[in-house]
Amino acid sequence: MAEYNKLIFEIGRPGRVAYSLPESDVDSVDLEEKLPKHLIRDEEVNLPEVSELELMRHYVALSKKNFGVEDGFYPLGSCTMKYNPKINEDVASLPGFTRIHPYQPEETVQGALELIYNLQEELAVIGGMDAVTLQPAAGAQGEWTGLMIVKQYFEERGEDKRTKVLVPDSAHGTNPASAAVAGFDVVTVPSNDQGLVDLEELKKAVGDDTAAFMLTNPNTLGLFEKEIKEIAEVVHEAGGLLYYDGANANAILGKTTPGLMGFDIVHFNLHKTFSTPHGGGGPGAGPVGVKEFLIPYLPVPRVEKDGDKFVLNSDHPSSIGRVKGFYGNFLILVRAYTYIRTMGTEGLNEVSDAAVLHANYLRKKLEPYFESPYDNCMHEFVLSGSRQKKLGVRTVDMAKRLLDHGFHPPTVYFPLIVDECMMIEPTDTESKETLDAFAEAMIQIAKEVEENPEVVLEAPHNTIVGRLDEVQAARKPIVRYQKPENE
Amino acid sequence: MTNTYRYLPDTEQDRKEMLDFLNLSSTEELFKVIPEELRLKDGLNIPAADPEPVLMKKMQKLASRNINADQYPIFLGAGIYDHYIPSVVKHVISRQEFYTAYTPYQPEISQGELQAIFEFQTMVCELTGMDVANSSMYDGPTSLAEAASLAVASKRRKKVLVSKAVHPEARAILDTVARGQEYGVEEVDLATDITDLEKLKKQIDKDTAAVIVQYPNFFGSIEDLAEIRKIADEHGAMMIVSSNPLALAVLQAPGKLGADIVVGDMQPLGIPMAFGGPSCGYFATTKKLMRKMPGRIVGETVDENGKRGFVLTLQAREQHIRREKATSNICSNQALNALASAVCMSALGKHGIRKMALQNIEKADYAAKALQNKGFAVLNTAPFFNEFVVELSRPVKEVNERLLKEGIIGGYDLGRDYGLENHMLVAVTEQRTKEEIDRFVEALEVAVNG
Repeated sequence: MAEYNKLIFEIGRPGRVAYSLPESDVDSVDLEEKLPKHLIRDEEVNLPEVSELELMRHYVALSKKNFGVEDGFYPLGSCTMKYNPKINEDVASLPGFTRIHPYQPEETVQGALELIYNLQEELAVIGGMDAVTLQPAAGAQGEWTGLMIVKQYFEERGEDKRTKVLVPDSAHGTNPASAAVAGFDVVTVPSNDQGLVDLEELKKAVGDDTAAFMLTNPNTLGLFEKEIKEIAEVVHEAGGLLYYDGANANAILGKTTPGLMGFDIVHFNLHKTFSTPHGGGGPGAGPVGVKEFLIPYLPVPRVEKDGDKFVLNSDHPSSIGRVKGFYGNFLILVRAYTYIRTMGTEGLNEVSDAAVLHANYLRKKLEPYFESPYDNCMHEFVLSGSRQKKLGVRTVDMAKRLLDHGFHPPTVYFPLIVDECMMIEPTDTESKETLDAFAEAMIQIAKEVEENPEVVLEAPHNTIVGRLDEVQAARKPIVRYQKPENE
Repeated sequence: MTNTYRYLPDTEQDRKEMLDFLNLSSTEELFKVIPEELRLKDGLNIPAADPEPVLMKKMQKLASRNINADQYPIFLGAGIYDHYIPSVVKHVISRQEFYTAYTPYQPEISQGELQAIFEFQTMVCELTGMDVANSSMYDGPTSLAEAASLAVASKRRKKVLVSKAVHPEARAILDTVARGQEYGVEEVDLATDITDLEKLKKQIDKDTAAVIVQYPNFFGSIEDLAEIRKIADEHGAMMIVSSNPLALAVLQAPGKLGADIVVGDMQPLGIPMAFGGPSCGYFATTKKLMRKMPGRIVGETVDENGKRGFVLTLQAREQHIRREKATSNICSNQALNALASAVCMSALGKHGIRKMALQNIEKADYAAKALQNKGFAVLNTAPFFNEFVVELSRPVKEVNERLLKEGIIGGYDLGRDYGLENHMLVAVTEQRTKEEIDRFVEALEVAVNG
């Protein structure tokens, strides 16, 4: 079959439709009479004109140019690309969840409120926190919500000079960005040569201007911050708060909790740890949990239980206010709740067992062939392509070569502190055979780098497009389709 | 031993082989790095797992404890609307290639997603009359707040003016965001159902980065953007317009009326009400502001053989590059819902979208007139799209309870945010039949008088 390479604007014909609406059963309205002329649209909206089959063929053809978790292994580090269960999708499409309006009377949405309430409770347990809000739409929004809570807390205490948020140099880019948009100054804390927070550097960095320290544990190198108790002490003694970025929570389910570790605020990524699909970039959800003393600051409305009824309560005067429309990404919450109910206590514990076992197994398989800056890991690990770089092949080239093997490449060039970094997270849902096959491909690529580097440098060879010119895309941006002038 | 968990493939044998390779005797050893005193002793105290059929029944039961719009006709809007969603939408977004994929960081194996978003960006530009649009935002309200932050940063001014006819939740989120970024938000009062332009003229000054209005506004009324543009121009302020994209099929495009940034929520086009989320915000602006726009943007380019392809572009704007210098921390988008609305817009096409928008105007007009005929006062002084304000002689909450008994979900209580006791915001979309509207009008009359 010839490869499909058309935009939806380049197919169809004037007059074709792919919708069906009843004719209006009420009187028509004369727009010219109703509206001043300058507020009436004077140009047609140039939307496609396709039949329903043409539409389906177009999008199915596009879907075939996309790689999903069911296409193959997706070891993106810190992204937790685990399987997205089908029952989650089925439950999230029940009309009782999809066809309800956020402003319906509370007594007509008790099922939805109960689900939200139960998920809040269960995530609080998993995080070792005392209360949870499900409002944030994503991890980054959760971070910002958490930091706005920090800000409000210190403002109420009259500690206005706590203006600094500390982040490790291995932190995800959203950490410093979220701190900045919450109005904090960002201080970067260097890691030590073991890839962990340098406690001495942290001691130097904290002070009476510290608002919070943001930490991922295990961190983005896949290493457990084993001095977390001391870290918490240092931050708390300085009067600051400790923030847990839950991006890597897949490693600790049932093993420990951020609460036990001394964290005051937590965000989870439901689209990572709790199996909700990534959707090609979203929607996800980034619930935030807090310890008791921070509960008054949580966003409103909060879902609470009043006797045996579930209610929305906005009467929390110290709240930071709203962070997102309505009650968060409800259908994502439905999926995560379904997942937690599918796994239960034992199952979640086994998730982390498998996630950590898989990462360790794969790390050891690959260690002889790549620079391995750290000698242990939790649910993910980093390798450096520095050995291959000396031979003229960079990590990006090896990543592209993996595409030829039918694998999604790992996260690359992050964390920034590892040269030519590859960050690999195999997740709990992959089989040993898959891990073995991926290891084999990686080993073969390492050999190619030594024996036949061109094949790696020119990769990918089997994809529908070759490497794309990103420089041109940024220099002369074309971000929308324009109809050719002569038509 | 057979597995208990269908998502976890490791058998005892698998585990043993992997542990042997690691010279370990149990997975427990992998967690030794966690200090003993931090370990959970008794596991997580959450309810036990449910097998698939049991869980499905439980979830169906939970869902059935909600009254949904398939059961009762709904006259609620206020930012979330009950609209026709063509069947194709669900089928397209249910393809795992789309819904399970990550953000398209590897363009060679993400051309489908990238192209779909490029098409989405084009459709948003078409509707709004703007030069560029991003790949989507969390929702309309957060998109509006991002627009305000962009205006403040770009104009180097310290406040924005926002009309009280902008959705109360959007204003609430704007307040939270502005507190973080430390700029001022002043609200502009209403002249009944539209922004009071005289007050706007008094409040606007050289510190004003932008004037923010909604079109159609929260009360359904259509603001005169041309007048607002003139006022903004006198003080060099931007005009930010939050817009229902469906309404733009019949209303003049904000871009043509001088908007600098147009934002809004795609929910009316292909996204279910779903208790308010997930939805999908859109963000469109001028070429001039393109490099300051938040979020992901897809751009067209070529591969090494000159073949057309698509990539994430202009990434120098984004948080992962700028880190603490970032002016927005958004890292993701709502790609799947952007896809849903692109599919919906493709299905409706240029004629369907207009037909649907017109039916909204017609049905709301019919309902308003029917209510007026029964002696109800409709407050809107300006023309309205698919929503209007009706005055009742009783509290809306009471009236809605009575409507519910008649199997109708009534409108929005404007006492809640505007202190307009006994005022209901009624939404009438193309989904409501004449028969349902007539029943609503009758039931409302009985509810108020009975």
